[in-house]
Amino acid sequence: MSVLGDPTRRAIFERLADGPQAVGDIARELPVSRPAVSQHLRVLKDAGLVRDRQVGTRRLYRLDPAGVGAIRAYFEQLWTHALDAFKDAAEQPDEEKR
Amino acid sequence: MTQMTKDAVVVTVQVEAPQPRAFDVFTSRIGSWWPMEHHIGSEPAVDVIIEPRVGGRWFERAVDGRECEWGCVLEWEAPDRIVLAWQLNPEFDYDPDPAMGTEVEVRFVAEGPTTTRVELEHRGFEVHGEAGAAMRKAVSAPDGWGGIVQRYLAAAA
Repeated sequence: MSVLGDPTRRAIFERLADGPQAVGDIARELPVSRPAVSQHLRVLKDAGLVRDRQVGTRRLYRLDPAGVGAIRAYFEQLWTHALDAFKDAAEQPDEEKR
Repeated sequence: MTQMTKDAVVVTVQVEAPQPRAFDVFTSRIGSWWPMEHHIGSEPAVDVIIEPRVGGRWFERAVDGRECEWGCVLEWEAPDRIVLAWQLNPEFDYDPDPAMGTEVEVRFVAEGPTTTRVELEHRGFEVHGEAGAAMRKAVSAPDGWGGIVQRYLAAAA
């Protein structure tokens, strides 16, 4: 469901945080095939997290810093993390105030 | 409303606690579970407070006692639902204009006597998408959202 919930997609996203890269560069560094990388990049692009640009014979992908997608992705991670912590707090027996 | 929901972030969690308790822990005890690394003041935050009424403040308190506004309470329907205004722009600065903010709605649905489904919806990010050049610049700065996402992912890894 979540765009960055997929570990491979997240690895690609993190890699692009270091700078623009082509599909081949990414596929070389991750245990994933080129078509699979392309597929993940398409999802990231549709979500507004990544942008692509043709440079000579290479198509380079980079993070879209102004994208609403980055903001949404940030909050998705933040709230998932926060609600996990909330769940723990709500399920703790009422105690024992140290 | 439906238009606002289009690009919403929705996160749901099932909690083994009665509905009133889930509501109470979320609101009056947010300071006990909020990930404090997410703060907006220059000093580390030690507490987060939601004042329990419509128009109440939503803010963090730093180590040095300083308070930084996050937003305010738009709707308060204990123990079913709250709507909060998140009045922070992409630079994490407080914007007193609610029209420039986003909205966080939290619904507490009793699934059983000791089980509650908590649905959180954060919506209205379009306001940031339509912002002008200044905001775009802020967002792409190393300290802007791009950088925050990177740091967040690094921290979460």
